[in-house]
Amino acid sequence: MEKLLEQIKKGTVWAFPGGIHPPQQKSLSNSASITRLPLPDKLIVALKQHIGANGKLLVEKGQHVLKGQPLTEPAANWSVPVHAPSSGVVTDIAPMPSAHPSALPELSVIIEPDGKDEWVALNKNKNPAELSHDELINIIHQAGISGMGGAGFPTYVKADTKQPIEFLIVNAVECEPYITADDVLMREHAKEVIQGIEIMQQLLNPTLCIVGIEDNKPEAIAAMKQAAEHNSKIIIQTVPTIYPSGGEKQLIKLLTNREVPSIGIPADIGILVHNTGTLFAVQQAVYEGKPLIERIVTVTGNTIHKPGNVWALLGTEIKHLLDCQGFSPVPQQSVVMGGPMMGFTLPTVRIGIVKTTNCILAPDHKELAEPGPEKACIRCSACADACPASLLPQQLQWFAKSKEYDKLQEHNLFDCIECGACAYVCPSEIPLVQYYRIAKVEIKEQQADKIKADRAKERFDARKERLEREQEERQNRHKRKPAAKSADEKQKVAEALARVKNKSDNGDEKSAVAAAIARAKAKKQQGEELEPDNSEVAKERALRKEQARKYKEQKSQTDESAETTPVDDKKSAVAAAIARAKAKKAAQALDNAEQAASEEPQNDAPVDDKKAAVAAAIARAKAKKAAQALDNAEQATSEEPQSEAPVDDKKAAVAAAIARAKAKKAAKALEEAEQTAIEEPQIDAPVDDKKAAVAAAIARAKAKKAAKALEDTEQTQPQELQVDSAAPKSAESNTDDSSVLINADKPKSAEDKKKAAVAAAIARAKAKKLQKEGNNQS
Amino acid sequence: MKLTMASSPHNHSHKSLTRLMLSVIAACIPGLIAQVFFFGTGVLIQLVLSLVAVSVFEAAIMLIRKRPVWPALSDGSAWLTAVLLALSIPPLAPWWIIVIGCLFSIVIVKQLYGGLGFNLFNPAMAAYVLLLVSFPVQMTAWLPVTDLINTPIGFADQLRLIFTDFTASGFSLDQVRAGVDGLTMATPLDTVKTDIAHGLTVTESMQKPIFNEWAGLGWAWVNLGYLVGGLYLLKAKIINWHIPVSFIATLAVCSAIGYIASPGTEPGTLFHLLSGATMMGAFFIATDPVSAATTNKGRLIYGALIGLLIYLIRTFGGFPDAIAFSVLLINIAVPLIDYYTQPRTYGHGAVK
Repeated sequence: MEKLLEQIKKGTVWAFPGGIHPPQQKSLSNSASITRLPLPDKLIVALKQHIGANGKLLVEKGQHVLKGQPLTEPAANWSVPVHAPSSGVVTDIAPMPSAHPSALPELSVIIEPDGKDEWVALNKNKNPAELSHDELINIIHQAGISGMGGAGFPTYVKADTKQPIEFLIVNAVECEPYITADDVLMREHAKEVIQGIEIMQQLLNPTLCIVGIEDNKPEAIAAMKQAAEHNSKIIIQTVPTIYPSGGEKQLIKLLTNREVPSIGIPADIGILVHNTGTLFAVQQAVYEGKPLIERIVTVTGNTIHKPGNVWALLGTEIKHLLDCQGFSPVPQQSVVMGGPMMGFTLPTVRIGIVKTTNCILAPDHKELAEPGPEKACIRCSACADACPASLLPQQLQWFAKSKEYDKLQEHNLFDCIECGACAYVCPSEIPLVQYYRIAKVEIKEQQADKIKADRAKERFDARKERLEREQEERQNRHKRKPAAKSADEKQKVAEALARVKNKSDNGDEKSAVAAAIARAKAKKQQGEELEPDNSEVAKERALRKEQARKYKEQKSQTDESAETTPVDDKKSAVAAAIARAKAKKAAQALDNAEQAASEEPQNDAPVDDKKAAVAAAIARAKAKKAAQALDNAEQATSEEPQSEAPVDDKKAAVAAAIARAKAKKAAKALEEAEQTAIEEPQIDAPVDDKKAAVAAAIARAKAKKAAKALEDTEQTQPQELQVDSAAPKSAESNTDDSSVLINADKPKSAEDKKKAAVAAAIARAKAKKLQKEGNNQS
Repeated sequence: MKLTMASSPHNHSHKSLTRLMLSVIAACIPGLIAQVFFFGTGVLIQLVLSLVAVSVFEAAIMLIRKRPVWPALSDGSAWLTAVLLALSIPPLAPWWIIVIGCLFSIVIVKQLYGGLGFNLFNPAMAAYVLLLVSFPVQMTAWLPVTDLINTPIGFADQLRLIFTDFTASGFSLDQVRAGVDGLTMATPLDTVKTDIAHGLTVTESMQKPIFNEWAGLGWAWVNLGYLVGGLYLLKAKIINWHIPVSFIATLAVCSAIGYIASPGTEPGTLFHLLSGATMMGAFFIATDPVSAATTNKGRLIYGALIGLLIYLIRTFGGFPDAIAFSVLLINIAVPLIDYYTQPRTYGHGAVK
């Protein structure tokens, strides 16, 4: 490292590969001193003259502005303001053709100078060393300074680099033929440029500042050396005249033998490069308080009478520059902004100059070669020999022509700096750079499209996945029930049977509770195995709990009915009466459930009072509804015995018995569920409030469902009784609606027994099913 | 005012394809002079024949391909092919030899592959190989140096030989080729190869009148002529140094090793460098940009492989010379060489 510094100080200059020696043509314009143009009639100040966001407009149409008055203020990142180049009136704010290869209209402030050229109050600084870092950055920012070498990168951003800067490089190479703006600037304003460098040194504190100047500018080199004599941290390095030594990357290689990583910036290797003109503008802003409103422009070419450098106000139409210097256009005249290698032709001369305009070149047909017809590439690789980035332009060209974008990227197309050296040397006169430009745009578009497509695909996939997941969840819900049935239910039935026995014997509740706990645990384990998702489990638990609360009441009822052993014929009537009583009881149970539901929010979810209240209200309403449905069912059952009366007693009794037995069974199953549910709150205890609230809400919703199920079970009873009336319709009819049942009561005594038997069987099957459902829900 | 729009860069080096091709043709002149001096004016007749033939074929194929004729013809690439082919074949080969060669090189090797820039193989060398394998008698009928010919023949007789196979006095080419001792003389490379095969040492073989002290009589001068032309091409930056240097260096090293290993059966470095078409191959054939490697590293490999192959074929192969075979064989490897010898782009890899 120390060695490198010493080598640089010794004046060592390294080489970059390739490079060409186009005719310099600099003597056309660098012999005369800089002149100042007369004030133009019109100034077209584009808001965007740099890389980054536009500033926010501060002026409006018709407003009078002073010279140096900001027209915009920074509005976003990388946003630098523009200023009024002269005093006058804003005649319009409209999109105007911009200084861009496409002349794309850009919002511009059009000022008609009043001729007074009256400055705003300027804030001068005699001693910038006293200014703080932030103050300096702010001055540079507010002065609207952006890179004046070409790219137009906001200078304040670079000056505020946080990475440590080892070498500050001043690009005074000016390798493009014809252009002498930096040359004459250094000849006439070396002191100011050095002051600008010193401001940058103050901001960035680099180890060394290296000023790179091509050896074809001896006067500038001498002037700069003299001006920098007092500062040992600035060295003026002479570099050989070879295009494109002024390319940022090439200059860094020349002066430090370092290479900027392909996907990096110079700051990554501790280097920062500023253009000479930019540093002069910084000096003007800091010392004089002058914002960037003018720059030196080389007006040159064989069609210009007085080629030379002029101070031009930003926004001055190119036509004004050409007219002032004398211009005799030739047929098929072209006017280039920038140099002959990287500049671009203008579609019109009615374009205002911008911060990056360093040259207006109006050549005749002799001095610059007319592009000949493109011929076949013979792979001579003269282009590769000329390429300063060590690319293979010839191969890139083949790939670009055949649109092999992956190959282009593999051959590092994006490291091409579009210097034009390859096209300059190509014996087949292939417009290589043009091919690369198009390919780059196409690749970028393709990448943008790909990003878009990828996003769309992601969205689509996410949606698909979600739908699939939901579908699967739904299926799981259905699947898991039968699956659980096999294992769970057998056990449950067995337990229920055992409990019935126990109960009839001594009614040992404790054993039942213990068994329930055991079962609950088993279930929980199983549940966990099946579905590790706790929320699902919690939901189900809550559901079971809720159902259990309701069915508890019913159970006691059904137990009663189970205990009543119907023996004789008359008992069918009794059974019917009991059934009715049960229905009533069930309704009461529902009322209880309703209360429970209304109580729940307070118990389970002491979170959101309002929500809980609403939920409770809903739950209550639902419970009421369920109760009404039950009442209906009850009525149905109460009606049935009457319709039954003339039917065969024996059968009715049997059916009633079966119904009762089934009800009992169902009740047992429910009881189990209830017990597990009772168990659960303890298990659930550590679950957080939110979950509890959710669970409660779900429980309420399920309570409704449960009520319906209850209603269904109620209906099975009357139905079975009804079967005896030999009404096949009732068997077929939907058990959901009690009204159907009522309709179905109309007995058809003439029906044959076979049918009735079949119907009974169907009814029984349904009852079984319902019972199973009841079990499953528990 | 209407302004002309163009894409940058707006300047050009004024290099042109035609000038490039014509420069290469011009660089052939020293070698051509040597050839005429030592082997007679037959080569000039072949030159005219081939130039006419390629122009006709190129124009015809462009018309068939429905492309403009003049741009293709005027780029000079066909003429260069014609010159190289004419310089490669025996000066008194029958006229149809060169015509077939021109037809093959222009129509099949170049245009059927897509025209200039698309041909995989060096057109002149592909045609040479076609002729050599198809008409081995005519293609090996080289004359000895004019001084050694029993009955020297004039320009008119050479014309007759080329077009009618007989001189005015009724001699055939074989009779004309007979040396003072009445035996048909082969080229120096051929002679050495045959003699070594017959158990003679190189020194014994080189006692023959067709040799001077280091190489074949006349052939050495022809090679030096092409070397001069090649140096001009290097100086004018029409070719890069990589291919000729690695080509010649590899051939020199291989022949030197061979000579050290087996002095009796190896003719040595100087003989290899100044015999046959070594210099023409190094500066004019292998450097054909279209079919050669395009990266600098690749060119070194390309040149070295050709040099190696030439030595191997000359020493162990069935043919006395091997420029055409070596070049064509390594042409095949060019895409591979190019792919694996991409230069390190700025900012990639070994960044400090």
